Amino acid sequence: MSMEKPADDALVIGSLKIGSRLIMGTGGAANLAVLERALVASETELTTVAMRRVDAATGTGVLDLLRRLGIEILPNTAGCRTAAEAVLTARLAREALETDLVKLEVIADERTLLPDPIELLDAAEQLVADGFTVLPYTNDDPVLARKLEQAGCAAVMPLGSPIGTGLGIRNPHNIAMIVEAAGVPVVLDAGIGTASEAAQAMELGCDAVLLATAVTRAADPERMAHAMRLGVQAGRAARGAGRIPKRYWAQASSPDLPE
Amino acid sequence: MRIKVNGEPRSVADGATVADVLTALGLPSTGVAVAVDGEVVRRADWSVSELDDGAAVEVLTAVQGG
Repeated sequence: MSMEKPADDALVIGSLKIGSRLIMGTGGAANLAVLERALVASETELTTVAMRRVDAATGTGVLDLLRRLGIEILPNTAGCRTAAEAVLTARLAREALETDLVKLEVIADERTLLPDPIELLDAAEQLVADGFTVLPYTNDDPVLARKLEQAGCAAVMPLGSPIGTGLGIRNPHNIAMIVEAAGVPVVLDAGIGTASEAAQAMELGCDAVLLATAVTRAADPERMAHAMRLGVQAGRAARGAGRIPKRYWAQASSPDLPE
Repeated sequence: MRIKVNGEPRSVADGATVADVLTALGLPSTGVAVAVDGEVVRRADWSVSELDDGAAVEVLTAVQGG
């Protein structure tokens, strides 16, 4: 058996089954060539896109890229402020991209980009009823995570810290509580700044990590994508291995000297 | 008649369909989705879905994000 990764350690979200536990976003990359190198280095199998108004000059470059790389597309509802906007955007994404997957984002304000929990739950209920596989971007709130799962979401995706801040996981205890209670996959989404934080998310028991800015705006996106892949794998392996309990006093790791 | 496409006012022939508008504006027909007055128009209906005067047409596609 390989010590790298158990043979069947697939991430299963609804009817989707993928081998990588690093989900990538495509926002923030300087251009498609940089994005392509980063996505390849990350070994991701699921990647987000946003939905925006098209004009004659807008290409379908990012879609072409993801399809060429064989990466599953996860449309988001970024920019939506109400349940109604998010539901319409999800339906448009399903029509344009022929997927039932949606990363549901309903943002309260531009300054924090924090989820609006009331609108989020409302949108989640509507989209589940409409047959979507809903992956909600949510606050690090165990109660809200439970309600989203009860609403039929296929995963819950709590933030580590606000989008794009790179502040890491501000409330690890809340993430651990969400993991403890969840019956669906937990994806740490937003706030990751570097590989140790991706590893921490996995050590806390998250099933996957979703990040974009930390890679696409790194000085070297390709190398950071590689680092994030290793961080996720290391954290996953450590979680499975079972860490030692923390102690107050030292405990010698070498035999005592004879008296 | 006058309609709006992605917020921009446009003149189109009476009885124009969603498909007519996409063609006239040179918009891609794959990887996009259309809503008229807040309701999704399925791709299969584009060529038969006639627009009303004053219709608000939104045409969206996937871009880098998230």
